[in-house]
Amino acid sequence: MTTLIEADNLTRYYGSHCAVKGVSFTLAKGEVLGFLGSNGAGKTTTMQMLCGNLAPSAGQIIINGYDLLDHPKAAKLSLGYLPDTPPLYKELTVQEFLLYCAGLHGIARNSVNAAIERAQERCGLIEVSDRLIANLSKGFQQRVGIAQAILHNPEVIVLDEPTVGLDPIQIREIRTLIRELGQDHGVILSTHILTEVQESCTHVQIIDQGQLILNETIAGLNRQMDTGTLQVVTRLAPDIDSLLTIPGVDSIESIAANKIIVHHSVTANPAEKIAALIIASGSGLQELTPIKRSMEDIFISLTKEHREL
Amino acid sequence: MSMILTIASREFRTLFLSPMAWTILAILQFILAFLFLTQIEAFTELQPKLASIEGAPGLTDIIVPPLFGNAGIILLLVTPLLTMRLICEERRNKTLALLLSAPVSNTDIILGKYLGILGLMLLIIVLITLMPLSLLSGAELDLGKLFANILGLLLLVTSFAAIGLFMSCVAGHPTVAAMGTFGMLLLLWILDWSVGVKDQHSELFEYLSILRHFQNIQSGLISTVDVSYFLLFTATFITLSIRRLDNDRLQK
Repeated sequence: MTTLIEADNLTRYYGSHCAVKGVSFTLAKGEVLGFLGSNGAGKTTTMQMLCGNLAPSAGQIIINGYDLLDHPKAAKLSLGYLPDTPPLYKELTVQEFLLYCAGLHGIARNSVNAAIERAQERCGLIEVSDRLIANLSKGFQQRVGIAQAILHNPEVIVLDEPTVGLDPIQIREIRTLIRELGQDHGVILSTHILTEVQESCTHVQIIDQGQLILNETIAGLNRQMDTGTLQVVTRLAPDIDSLLTIPGVDSIESIAANKIIVHHSVTANPAEKIAALIIASGSGLQELTPIKRSMEDIFISLTKEHREL
Repeated sequence: MSMILTIASREFRTLFLSPMAWTILAILQFILAFLFLTQIEAFTELQPKLASIEGAPGLTDIIVPPLFGNAGIILLLVTPLLTMRLICEERRNKTLALLLSAPVSNTDIILGKYLGILGLMLLIIVLITLMPLSLLSGAELDLGKLFANILGLLLLVTSFAAIGLFMSCVAGHPTVAAMGTFGMLLLLWILDWSVGVKDQHSELFEYLSILRHFQNIQSGLISTVDVSYFLLFTATFITLSIRRLDNDRLQK
């Protein structure tokens, strides 16, 4: 695995206000890193620092082996960036705009057209390529922004809230695109939409008040979400005592006459045995649902914990 | 280098996508053509008298310096309008991020922007030069003097554009940038007016005055002092612009 981004101890002050404090992380090829945080948590500041739009007050950023401060040109060559407001020249057509971006990123003259066509195709811009950007809807403008970021096929793609202002169908398309890009690039995307992270990312980081409070893979996060709770609904009241004897079951709460909550250890899942026992006892199993903590719960509990500290 | 040209050519072409450049070119051409014709009128009236005087000013002397001098004054008014949006607008529309995250240095950005706007200035100068050149069909011109005037105006607009670019880097709003540029240019233009007052000769003010250097070149006297004044002036403000853009990353 090649490391594409190494951010070390990034810190940024605005005057005396500390927007980002000691954030460190790495991004490897094939990873899609979701950057989560509430408004003003420091997501955009971090992204701006990664893309050289803002100099960090302290810390170091290495992109694809080049230090952003010492070799800015080399580092930026492998960088595609979509800021929170897409940087579009409204008086140009989509085609002209992308042609300009191609020039800026030094794409070789003979491969410019192919690159533009590929980016337009990937972002669904073919049919609007001759229209003025100013006349496009917000969703299309957002897509032009994404096209601009992936145009030169950079190793690292940084997307700041890429799905803002898109309709549900477009959001799904963009998520698919992000997953696709993640296969042979490194992608960082910031968002405050939690499902987005679950759907398109392989890694997740939660930032709050400028500090990194969680750095996990999605699989690890899913494990955290699995709290070991089952909800069981039966036709007749089940025999709680006999259920308690099943290995792995810790405790049982009775919510209603025919509805119980079973807490079990995370390592041993007794769902199958519970089902067998209830059916054998003739109580009539109607529902057996694992209860998961939602991403929201984790996000809220983590930020709350962090703020209380 | 190719990056500079990419930025410059976009800047230049964008100017013509809005009515701005067309309007300015049209109005400028109209006013200067009017002045040019008045000057010709004056010459035809003076011609019989001039013929009797030994060493009298010729056609070039009567027509070219006033034309280029007036062009200089009009450009002093127009340049702030052309340069005000260079960096300022990019910052306001958040398109600066595109340039800052692309593999181009701040020097490339500033030089690209500068050359783009200078392209339009050159076009204006070419259009102005065409007027006296049209006289060649029926008269003889002192081409050396014409060249001196073209050079003078060229040096003048390079320094105008450099100040405008710097102001656009500093100001938060295009109007402020335009006002700042206009104020500075006007001040530098009239600086040596104080020289004549009360016999108080200020060498410094005299040296700083743009007008003095411009008139020296216009008269056909191309000296290193005047040329280097303009070049130093331009280089200073371009360097300051680059520094200012660097600062954007540090503060905000």
